[in-house]
Amino acid sequence: MPAMLRTLAQKLGMMAHGFHGGVHPHERKLTAGMPIEDCPLAPLYIVPLKQHIGEACTPLVAVGDKVLRGQKIARAEGYVSVPLHAPTSGTVVKIEEHPVVHPSGMSMPCVFIEADGLDEEDHSLERMTNWRDLDAAVLRERVRMCGIAGLGGAVFPTFIKLVQDKKNPIQTLVLNGIECEPYLTNDHQMMLEQAEEVLQGMAIIMHMVGAESGIIAIEDNKSDAARVMRQALAENSELAHVHVAVLPTRYPQGSEKQLIYSLTGKEVPAGKLPLHVGVICQNVGTAKAIRDAVLLGKPLTERLVTVSGDAMPRPANLRVRLGLTLRYVFAQRGLEDFENIQILHGGPMMGERLRIPDVPVIKSSIGLLAMHQDTVMQAHPAEQPCIRCGHCSQACPAALVPNLMADHCRNEQFDKAEAYNLFDCIECGACSYVCPSNIPLVQYFRYGKGQIAQLRREHDFAEASRQRFDARDARLAREKAEKAARRSRVRKELAPAPDKDTTTKVEKSTNDKAEES
Amino acid sequence: MSLAISSPHAHGGDTIRMTMLTVIIALLPAAMVSVYLFGWLAVFLIVACMLSCLLTEAVCLRMMGRPLKTLLDNSAALTGLFLALTLPASIPWWMAVLGSVFAIVLGKQVYGGLGYNLFNPALSARVILLISFPLGMTSWLIPMHVGPSALNMYDFSAALAFFLHGPEALKLGLDAITMASPLGHVKTEWTQGIGVAEALNSYHYSYLDAFLGREAGSIGETSALALLIGGIYLLARHTITWHIPFAYIGTVLLLAAVFSVISPEHYSPPMFHLFAGGLILCAFFMATDPVSSPVTPLGQIVFGIGCGVLTWAIRTFGGYPEGAMFAVVLMNCAVPLIDHYCRPRAYGHGGS
Ligand code: SF4
Ligand code: SF4
Repeated sequence: MPAMLRTLAQKLGMMAHGFHGGVHPHERKLTAGMPIEDCPLAPLYIVPLKQHIGEACTPLVAVGDKVLRGQKIARAEGYVSVPLHAPTSGTVVKIEEHPVVHPSGMSMPCVFIEADGLDEEDHSLERMTNWRDLDAAVLRERVRMCGIAGLGGAVFPTFIKLVQDKKNPIQTLVLNGIECEPYLTNDHQMMLEQAEEVLQGMAIIMHMVGAESGIIAIEDNKSDAARVMRQALAENSELAHVHVAVLPTRYPQGSEKQLIYSLTGKEVPAGKLPLHVGVICQNVGTAKAIRDAVLLGKPLTERLVTVSGDAMPRPANLRVRLGLTLRYVFAQRGLEDFENIQILHGGPMMGERLRIPDVPVIKSSIGLLAMHQDTVMQAHPAEQPCIRCGHCSQACPAALVPNLMADHCRNEQFDKAEAYNLFDCIECGACSYVCPSNIPLVQYFRYGKGQIAQLRREHDFAEASRQRFDARDARLAREKAEKAARRSRVRKELAPAPDKDTTTKVEKSTNDKAEES
Repeated sequence: MSLAISSPHAHGGDTIRMTMLTVIIALLPAAMVSVYLFGWLAVFLIVACMLSCLLTEAVCLRMMGRPLKTLLDNSAALTGLFLALTLPASIPWWMAVLGSVFAIVLGKQVYGGLGYNLFNPALSARVILLISFPLGMTSWLIPMHVGPSALNMYDFSAALAFFLHGPEALKLGLDAITMASPLGHVKTEWTQGIGVAEALNSYHYSYLDAFLGREAGSIGETSALALLIGGIYLLARHTITWHIPFAYIGTVLLLAAVFSVISPEHYSPPMFHLFAGGLILCAFFMATDPVSSPVTPLGQIVFGIGCGVLTWAIRTFGGYPEGAMFAVVLMNCAVPLIDHYCRPRAYGHGGS
């Protein structure tokens, strides 16, 4: 009965817009419909050696080396990693630490390339125009080699998702053109201008994972994109089982798990991947990048970036080479003075606040926003007590109870926070957005997750130390016991009537210790 | 705790202040009806309660070293208005002030201030008053336009004298100016073995009057119409959700319907329950007080059902004629438990 009531209550909440909860922030798509422009080339490029989760890459070039555009300059380390490529032709001038995209302003090793202005390309990768006849594994290796990672912002190495798993066959490819963050319009513009290429990428991905059908998901505030994509589909005989789905504009519609629910009514079980429900999601930008990698043999060296914000003189959708500094990109659109300006990397809902503009554009740079200091500060007024209004629960797309979860994080009751499914929080910020008490809920969740991760590490460390200790104790005990045994043997040999009991006891304890260790 | 400002860097603009103000606005129709029915006495009561709540809150904030601008969150003003609307017009000023002090100090600040209170501050104060002054709290003045009364509450000086010094100042006997509330009447008749239908008859009970509010009761609870207008406004502004009021009222109606079908002589009909006493006021305004109600939709439904069952049971079997306020306060105690057990099923955790 409670289960039924619960489902009913949730169904009622879901009817309006597919997934549970969500919010509708001001869209502020200043750059909607603005054609993609190329950001001019610059004299210097800075390529951070770590651009996604997993390990940092190892540089393959040395200072003084000449490189071509698209040439591999760093090797992937570990499985969850992809190589890096030179964004233009030039000379490696140094490899050293430099501030990167991070709220703390932290630095990381980067490869500095001085451009020679020729922008010569490396053509060593052949074009795979015959991709239809190629094995998925070959294509997958190409995607990995070309450094492609999720361009929707998560930058998870894409090749990892492009698998054919016998146990979990993929039926549906979801092409994510939702772009639900305010301000951002680059996916939108890509669909308008490069529908053809996006569809080619889609076909390649479907071939690779063996998907029979595809869905192109677009929000209803981008009906022109939906029209263009439908048109392109109509002209494309190959993608017969692909359709465009127009979904209500609601944040975070573009979040993978919410999108899958909106489209298919299936929930990705906690701790599982979309492929466990037979779906994979790819962002439209990623599809285009895959297409370039396969059809043109081009590694990932550029991406579309929405340069916008309420303090941006001339907002634009730009095609930007990775490695250009934010300061340079902003300057191209008339912003040079950063007094009273807050830079956001990504959208306002999930983006990071950067301290300085002297960091390079990376694969996850979906948007660069220049906001008035006041606008950003207004979104972070002093925290007031929770009045338990429940608006956060109503807004949470993961159907969590944010206020109670935040209480547990605040009180450092991390086990309880976990029991309230802290790790299912996607940090979308919908809860903080609606909170009348301005409680920085997401901040508490990040803190909680960080602390739990650290506690686990410490626990693992302690566990390892304990095991080491135990082993050492056991060894010492064994040695002592052996010594004692030797002594008693000696004594036995010397003494005519041995004490039987003692011997047995010592032997027994020796055996015990040995077993334990 | 790390205090790097984290996303989101946008906010929807809701504030506690606006939330409370919305509720105050939603209560205006009921407050206006109270003035229509109880003239200056309603005005005095509302002003006295709101002022003493604000003053008490200010003193508390001072003593705890909190900024005085917290007063601007409108929560104390709302508590004062709530309390006033649940009081009978007959009570003396000091009782109103005492109630306000109870509401702020015992109902809210002892728990640590707004957000930490277990009970609805206004309701808990009202319950304390009712237990301490059972007679004063259940003497219902005959409202204007309802019946002949020796007290003209539209007369400023008479009303002021009554408010400050009680009926004695005007040389009025309580009998000449008070009447039973419908719930009280039915209960009294019932104890003398008189059935519901007959009791309603002898009271000249009219559903229309009850709906419009022309009946005896606490100053803000009589008009179902005014309260429904406010309630719908709250729903439309998304300040409250439908879960609590619908579950609450629905439960009372259902129980009353079932039992009055079984035995119409013993149990009052559902519509009578709906319009009588503080049900609508409690269902839309008191039980939905965010701080003291559950946060999850399922929890709110459970809470509403609990309030409904208790309200009906107290009215039907209890010693007091009215049970709505007790019911809400009792259910407030269960909120932490309800919240814990009625969490929504998180995305990806079982289900279909
Ligand atoms: S929205 Fe804010 S005030 Fe309301 S319950 Fe959630 S955390 Fe508390
Ligand atoms: S940030 Fe986490 S808790 Fe808040 S709404 Fe998003 S998923 Fe829910």
